[in-house]
Amino acid sequence: MSRTFLMLIRRDLLLAHRQGGGSLLAIAFFVLVVSLFPLGVGPAPEMLERIAAGTIWVAALLSVLLSLDRMFQADLEDGSLDQLALLPIPLALVVLAKTIAHWLTTGLPLTLTAPLLGLLMQLSPDAYGALVAGMLLGTPILSLIGAIGAALTVGVRRGGVLLTLIVTPLYIPILIFGVSAVEAAAQGFAISAHMLFLSALLSGTIVIAPIAAAWSLKLALD
Amino acid sequence: MHRFANPTRFLRLAAAVLPFSAAVAALCLGAGLVWGLFFAPPDYQQGDTVRIMFIHVPSAMMAMGVYAGMAISSAIALIWRHAIADLIAKASAPIGATFTFICLLTGSLWGKPMWGTWWVWDARLTSMLIMLFIYLGYMALWQAFDDQTKAARAAAILALVGAINLPVIKFSVEWWNTLHQPASLITMEGPKIHESLLWPLLLMIVGFGAYYLTVLIFRVRAEIHQRRTRMLRMAQADRHNAMQAAD
Amino acid sequence: MSEFLSMGGYGLYVWTSWGVGIALMIALLIQSVSAARSAAREAEATEQLSPRRRRRKAEVE
Repeated sequence: MSRTFLMLIRRDLLLAHRQGGGSLLAIAFFVLVVSLFPLGVGPAPEMLERIAAGTIWVAALLSVLLSLDRMFQADLEDGSLDQLALLPIPLALVVLAKTIAHWLTTGLPLTLTAPLLGLLMQLSPDAYGALVAGMLLGTPILSLIGAIGAALTVGVRRGGVLLTLIVTPLYIPILIFGVSAVEAAAQGFAISAHMLFLSALLSGTIVIAPIAAAWSLKLALD
Repeated sequence: MHRFANPTRFLRLAAAVLPFSAAVAALCLGAGLVWGLFFAPPDYQQGDTVRIMFIHVPSAMMAMGVYAGMAISSAIALIWRHAIADLIAKASAPIGATFTFICLLTGSLWGKPMWGTWWVWDARLTSMLIMLFIYLGYMALWQAFDDQTKAARAAAILALVGAINLPVIKFSVEWWNTLHQPASLITMEGPKIHESLLWPLLLMIVGFGAYYLTVLIFRVRAEIHQRRTRMLRMAQADRHNAMQAAD
Repeated sequence: MSEFLSMGGYGLYVWTSWGVGIALMIALLIQSVSAARSAAREAEATEQLSPRRRRRKAEVE
């Protein structure tokens, strides 16, 4: 069972690698969106420092959103989704494996890029730890909730826009906790409460999201 | 539960309920309007703007209540494959969205004289705005499918995921609000509601509830008839194809 | 009367709130009623086209 699970993750990573540039595209978009803000609000360092956390988190959120619609679409189109449903492991675990692969190719690279953007946005030196820790806990939740949205809209006309409309409101708590952790750290406050909230959200979502997404995928397969 | 899954039986029950719900809605809303606008005294702090409350508060309550109803009927639809529960959830969404919109609009109109600006990122208004997006996403998901059974199940899953998420969203928004809000602002709750304002408010709340039930019945009726039309058309197409195959 | 309409200077806000609120609720009600009526009519018309139903009705008559 765990071998199948690991093989599924490897398969998706290989596919992402072969199709090429999925992660790079997400990172490029991430950097691009963040660099629009100094151009929009002006380069004054104190202004940038104030909006740094929010900007980076919103940009990360948008980058993940942008990468979601291919999560199951390619597998549905070439018929491999039917094969995956026939595997001896529950479909929810297949979804979980695909979500982990999605996180490894988007959430993780975004998290690693974030400190660099912190430099561009004059982020306070005390806040880097909170930014990276928050994103490490938060981006997996983005992938998990995104999996539900992607599964609901797989094979639907103009699924991409619909996916954004469905998923974005559900992302709001992660944005709030992620950003306020960075702001608290910048002001020298403890961030353990924020991290606890994010961990609680992650552990809840990791149970519920794969099941809900698997239910939705079964619809597309009927 | 399945007793009401039969469309004909549901239609009969709905026809029996409709006159009562319509009468209660008309009476309560009419009386609430007259009482709230003409007889209720102005609040000692908020003056006549407090009359906006008689629309704002019931629509806020109904915005949340309708979503709760939608989530419950979605659960019933998913678990028992209940044929009418789907339609109740679908028919509820536009009503809930309308209440949410009214709540936002009146909140903004109340905020202008109270706060001096049309929009404040107050915890309640912000939660309501997110609520509106959730309603719109739910309605858009229904629209996206051609196959109504698939649409029903997908929408039900989304409604339940939203129901699990809404408390988390509400909590996080309130938390965010306490971080950013200067404490001097008057909140929408205002001071404790005076008794003279309570009665018209109660009337309006009952009226809004009865209005929801009335409109819901009409919308579910429309859905049932549309489903019958679709099924008849499909049967006709099948027969047509069979006849052509026989020729 | 004009004192009543002005609502202590807040007339614009109070009357717009009630006006738009009630207008939206009435519009939704009218739309729902007419949707129910036209759906019922369409179902009826489709049923008329259905040969089996017509025969069954004829037998009853």
